[in-house]
Amino acid sequence: MFTYLTNGDRGLFDEFDRLQREMDQLFGAWPQAGIRSGRAGAFPAINIGATPEEVHVYAYAPGFEAGQFDVSIQQNVLSIGGTRKVEPHPNCTWYLRERFDGEFRRAVTLPEDVDPERVEATYTDGVLHLVIKRRAAVRPRQIPVG
Amino acid sequence: MSDSKAVKETRSANPATVPESALRPRVEVFEDAHGITLIADLPGVCSERLNVQVDKDTLLIEGKADIAMPEGMQALHAEVRSKLYRRSFALSSELDPDAIEAKLKDGVLTLHIPKRAEVRPRKVEVRVA
Repeated sequence: MFTYLTNGDRGLFDEFDRLQREMDQLFGAWPQAGIRSGRAGAFPAINIGATPEEVHVYAYAPGFEAGQFDVSIQQNVLSIGGTRKVEPHPNCTWYLRERFDGEFRRAVTLPEDVDPERVEATYTDGVLHLVIKRRAAVRPRQIPVG
Repeated sequence: MSDSKAVKETRSANPATVPESALRPRVEVFEDAHGITLIADLPGVCSERLNVQVDKDTLLIEGKADIAMPEGMQALHAEVRSKLYRRSFALSSELDPDAIEAKLKDGVLTLHIPKRAEVRPRKVEVRVA
C-alpha cells in the first residue's frame, strides 16, 4: 500500500491511527505515570535506569551542541531544558514537519538517594547521558552472620 | 500537478514484514527548485550503524542506536523502547537516486535528493506585448 505524503490525501483518521500506534510503541503498558511525567510524547524522550551505585538518564535530543542544554538537579528532581530551532527554509514547499521545534523543559523525579553534587554529563550522537551517583549509605549492605 | 508527489511514504501491505519493534523516526521533508531535502531524527545512531539505501524507487532509512549502558542496569522509566529506527519512502521518477547526498551529525540525518537536470523548473519569461 502506498500513501502519498505530499498531496494530503492521507486523511485525518489515518493520522490519528499513526499517532496512536506511535504512542503505544513509545509508552507500551507503562503502568504508573508520576505526577511530573507530563504529556505523552514530550520532547526529549527520556529513559532512566539504575544500578546500585548510579542512576543513568538518557535524553534522546538530537541536533544540539553539548553546551546548549540547561541541566539542573534540585534534591532528586532533574530538569533538562533547551531550545531547538528548526531552520525555516524559505521558498520551500513543506510536506512533513514532525521534528520538534522550539523551547522545551522536562523534569523527572529520580530515586531519593541521588547525590546532586556528583553528576557527569556527556552528549554523543544526539543522546544526552547523565550519570548521577547514589549516596553510599543507602546501598544494600551485606551483613555478615557469624 | 504530479510534480508535487515527489516523495511518498511506503507502508508494507503485510505488517508482519516490518518488525514491531522498529521506531519511526520523526522527519521533515521539503522541496525547492533543486530537489527534496529530508531531515530525520535518529538519536543514538552513529554513521557505522546507519543504512540509507535506494532499491528501485524505494528509499529506506534504517539505523540502530548504540548507547552505552552499564551491566546489570534496571530500567526505572522507559519512553524509548527500541534501538531500531526504520522508515521508507517512495521516490518519484524525476528524482535522481544516484545523486543523493547524506550527512549525519549529532543524531540528525540530512538527505538531499536532487531532481534530474532535465526536470528542474525553467523560468518562463513573460514579455510585455
